[in-house]
Amino acid sequence: MRETGGQSAIRLTGINKSFGAVQANRDIDLNVERGTIHGIIGENGAGKSTLMSILYGFYQADSGEIAIGGEPIVIDTPNQAIAAGIGMVHQHFMLVNNFTVLENIILGAEGAALLSGGIANARAELERLEKEYGLDVDPDALIEELPVGLQQRVEILKALYRGADILILDEPTGVLTPAEADHLFRILKQLKEQGKTVVLITHKLREIMAVTDNVSVMRQGTIVATRKTAETTVEELAELMVGRRVLLRVDKQAASPGDVKLKVEGLTVKDSRGVTMVDDVSLEVRAGEIVGIAGVAGNGQSQLVEAVSGIRNAEKGTVLLGGQPIRVTGGADPAKLRRRGMAHVPEDRHHMGLVLSFEENENSILGYHHDDAYNTGLFQNIDAIRDDARAKMEKYDIRPVDCRLKTANFSGGNQQKIVLAREMEQDPSVLIVAQPTRGVDVGAIEFIHRRIIEMRDAGKAVLLVSVELDEIRSLSDRILVMFAGKVVGERGPDATEGELGLLMAGVEKEVA
Amino acid sequence: MEFFSLIFGLNVFDSMLRVSAPLLLACLAGLYSERSGVFDIGLEGKMLAGAFAGASMAYVSGSAWIGLLAAIAASVFLALVHGFASITHRGNQIVSGVAINFIAAGSAVILGQAWFRQGGRTPSLSAEGSRFTAIELPGAAAMADIPVIGPIYSGLISGHSILVYFAFLMVPVTWWVLFRTRFGLRLRAVGENPAAVDTAGISVTWLRYRAVICCGVLCGFAGAYLAVSQNAGFVKDMTAGRGFIALAALIFAKWRPVNAMFACLLFGYLDAVAIVLQGKAIPGIGQVPVQVFQALPYVLTVILLAGFIGKAIPPKAGGMPYVKER
Amino acid sequence: MATPYAKLPAWVDYGLIPLINLAVAFVVAGLVVLLVGESPVKAATLLIKGAFGSGDGIGYTLFYATNFIFTGLAVALAFHCGLFNIGGEGQAYFAGLGVAVPCLALDGILPWYLIFLVAIGGSALLGALWALIPAYLQAKRGSHIVITTIMFNFIAASVMVYLLVGMLKPAGSMAPQTRTFLEGAHLPKLDWLLELFGASIRSTPLNLSFLLALFMAVVVWALIWRTKLGYEIRTMGFSPPAARYAGINQAKIIIITMMISGALAGMMALNPVMGDQHRLQLDFVAGAGFVGIAVALMGRSHPAGIIPAAILFGMLYQGGAEIAFEMPNISRDMIVIIQGLVILFAGALEHMFRPTVQTIFASIRPKSVELGTQGSEG
Repeated sequence: MRETGGQSAIRLTGINKSFGAVQANRDIDLNVERGTIHGIIGENGAGKSTLMSILYGFYQADSGEIAIGGEPIVIDTPNQAIAAGIGMVHQHFMLVNNFTVLENIILGAEGAALLSGGIANARAELERLEKEYGLDVDPDALIEELPVGLQQRVEILKALYRGADILILDEPTGVLTPAEADHLFRILKQLKEQGKTVVLITHKLREIMAVTDNVSVMRQGTIVATRKTAETTVEELAELMVGRRVLLRVDKQAASPGDVKLKVEGLTVKDSRGVTMVDDVSLEVRAGEIVGIAGVAGNGQSQLVEAVSGIRNAEKGTVLLGGQPIRVTGGADPAKLRRRGMAHVPEDRHHMGLVLSFEENENSILGYHHDDAYNTGLFQNIDAIRDDARAKMEKYDIRPVDCRLKTANFSGGNQQKIVLAREMEQDPSVLIVAQPTRGVDVGAIEFIHRRIIEMRDAGKAVLLVSVELDEIRSLSDRILVMFAGKVVGERGPDATEGELGLLMAGVEKEVA
Repeated sequence: MEFFSLIFGLNVFDSMLRVSAPLLLACLAGLYSERSGVFDIGLEGKMLAGAFAGASMAYVSGSAWIGLLAAIAASVFLALVHGFASITHRGNQIVSGVAINFIAAGSAVILGQAWFRQGGRTPSLSAEGSRFTAIELPGAAAMADIPVIGPIYSGLISGHSILVYFAFLMVPVTWWVLFRTRFGLRLRAVGENPAAVDTAGISVTWLRYRAVICCGVLCGFAGAYLAVSQNAGFVKDMTAGRGFIALAALIFAKWRPVNAMFACLLFGYLDAVAIVLQGKAIPGIGQVPVQVFQALPYVLTVILLAGFIGKAIPPKAGGMPYVKER
Repeated sequence: MATPYAKLPAWVDYGLIPLINLAVAFVVAGLVVLLVGESPVKAATLLIKGAFGSGDGIGYTLFYATNFIFTGLAVALAFHCGLFNIGGEGQAYFAGLGVAVPCLALDGILPWYLIFLVAIGGSALLGALWALIPAYLQAKRGSHIVITTIMFNFIAASVMVYLLVGMLKPAGSMAPQTRTFLEGAHLPKLDWLLELFGASIRSTPLNLSFLLALFMAVVVWALIWRTKLGYEIRTMGFSPPAARYAGINQAKIIIITMMISGALAGMMALNPVMGDQHRLQLDFVAGAGFVGIAVALMGRSHPAGIIPAAILFGMLYQGGAEIAFEMPNISRDMIVIIQGLVILFAGALEHMFRPTVQTIFASIRPKSVELGTQGSEG
């Protein structure tokens, strides 16, 4: 790492952290200069949030050292972090919704056993902070009645009230409108001018370029590069983020698309918080082609898939399956869609695609358990179900070959193959596949990719959603890029990584 | 007219206060626990344990006050068992509460039989000072003749056990603790969003333990009131579902202290009026079976829970053990 | 994050740890016995002798067990759907009407086996109805089913008292109960079954509903593990998101599960009302609905575990009565303590000994503990 003239605010050396078998952080070295805004960028799951939680004392690192302002320090609890002048704005706000702004701000820093003194202090201090940083917010408003932008401001005020010199913001713009985000950046610059140090964690390149002085790129638990923002480019960061992995080439013929099997028009979907996640999206998938949706995680792909597959109700829009409309805005029913030939490999196999406590054979019929093949009269045909499961295990090389084994005891790749086998062997006309190789070992990746191509060649319409750019590029016949809930571009399979990376970062208009 | 003087008579309100007091204590007890995110359907068991321990020690020592301390100790012990299961070991709070109810119900009878050999009862508290008796408030006799205020003061407000006054005093105290102290702020916060409390550098575990201890103390008072004040000793199953009515009142009160008082007074009033109406007809309706009044608190609570008359929204983190998320 | 508990071999998970929990519950119960100045060993001996030492003892043990099989199955089925039906007591109480009314109406008219069929239907129907409102409120309005079923227990108690001191009481009688059914509405005793095994019987209340309970255990097993409905119930219980993904109608499953659960609890009424007392009397359920919770937890919600658990509690009830003769300091209420301790240690504290067992296993056979961590990555 390059040393510059500035004083070090945070220095991390050799940080390691594992959760069970997953190493979330690996040998992290990081230096953040005092009075700068330091960006940490990486895809979801790259280990950014874990690293910051370690810095905030929410988790303890397995090994490694932390120094704040040049002083080595042990941070085992948030209290120690707060005492060391670290404040954190979490991705999910740590606010009590039915409390007022003031109550939230003093929580944990009340000053005395009675509240009256603390409240009065906080009120005065809040006024000062408001003047100094332009952080305007009604101290007596209830949190649940504030828009998210203001709630976030309360989080920042909370940190400043505790005397934070270092402010960590974890994906702060995820819930903000562009205007709110711009306002936040102005606040951050103001904080910097007042001598505070800001660490900004994000997966959005635009934000890094707009506001940071330095940037570190994280990938798969490690920091792969640190740059001065002024000396780097969006293209370079995009490449660093996604990584130049060995491209898994999949042999495939040119596609010969047939009729439109899946047609989505003007689909708008909100998430449970009421934020619009899919914004007027239209697309179509023909028989015998793979349409890939690329995009950085969190740009609406998940909600798009859930709405199309009937799991989540959409706000508006239409979806045609084989030319026939399906219900998407109310009373969506995944079971009915399955019967009409739509198969869906969900992105989250642990919670949605599989019941981990079930035996393997029980999961091999999930969603298809009404099929006549699996039932005789009132009862399930256990022999048929198990024979069927064994056949699938053999065909998809699922190991260990024991259909009575609890599903949780299979490895990630084998679990994913259980889902794939179930969905593909139903001979669907439309196959929706989300993140097919997340958490899957290399051997299984190749197998899964080959199976997806085979589905295409058998004339299925395949909609593939992945945050792995390589996967999208090597499988898709057409590539759509989603950014902020919209499809921002369509490219052919020969599109370059850089080209797609820019679209994914939502910077097309500014650069191209 | 005669009917109205019957159901709005001073004696009805007087017995309403007596019946409400233990409900109120248990209800406020539940409020501390549930506001901190620990559901407690073991109020019944803690009251019962308190009643038994209170009556036993009051008899042995001859002092109602020692009885009260014993009641609190027994109830707090069970509260700690609940905390151990549901906070430390993240067990199911409902299951734990059910277990405590049974352990208390069985132990009281078994120990009572072993110690006193009166079929699970404790001996009657006849000794001077072994029971909390009615207190004549200053000037009650003198004021009795003043119209309107006199009868209310001397006939209704005066002449209750000290624990009744304590119960009603606990309403403003609880309100004050909850909304005016650091402990109360944190308690309310941990029931809504324990992660916010954790990231603010406060121990969720210790905070919740303190809440269940508060719950135990107040349940102890409730039990002591039943066995050492309202009655002169413990009898089997003497709480008779009051812990569950208190739970219903807590829901009815939407987990707020002043509402809790009104809910308990309402349920107490239903109880009192059921007694005076027994065998009498309500004009225009006819005779209403006493069971209607007995079931009414539960029916009202179900209707409230169904969201037909305002929504009872429990503390958001209630019932869930706190696990740090990645 | 990795699952909070590493995997252990199945026999440890389903055998050893539940046994440890159970053993601890009984050790603590033994301490209580010690505390009241009796010998736990002698108490246990008396208990077993009282429950199994004579034909009559066995008959009574199985009679009580019958109640607990029904209520245990009711609680267990709801558990499989992720629901806590604490209302078995009220459902059974209310369902007593479904037994008593056909018996009172038909006891001079139809033979016992036809009345039995009507009473089975009646008790199941009324038990299901009593569970319907809490189920509906949970499914459609999100009202916590634990609280609503508790409330319905008390409402049932009020309704039944009202009916038993009112319209169901024969004219001129003082006792809050119905008239005694005629001979034609009594369930056949099963004394012959015990005599088959060489026991000599004077008189026990064991009756045909014991066989019905065993049959229902098989039915519940088949329902949970061999039907589409059971499959959907289990999917729902393990993972609501997976149920949504699979297109399972969640509200429907909650309502159906609770109604079947209520029906099972309701059928418990057959045993005391039609099989033993031959009339509907106050508080005939006598806590069996709550014992069902302990039985279901102890039996790990599996019929094959519920039957022995129910027999164990039947033994405690019968043997407890015997102990009370010999040991003045111990009454039947000892069972209530044991019941509470079983619920505490096998339910709320079921994971307490897990880390210890895990550590022991890790030191003996490191590999067996390792196995489960794969496949649980994020």
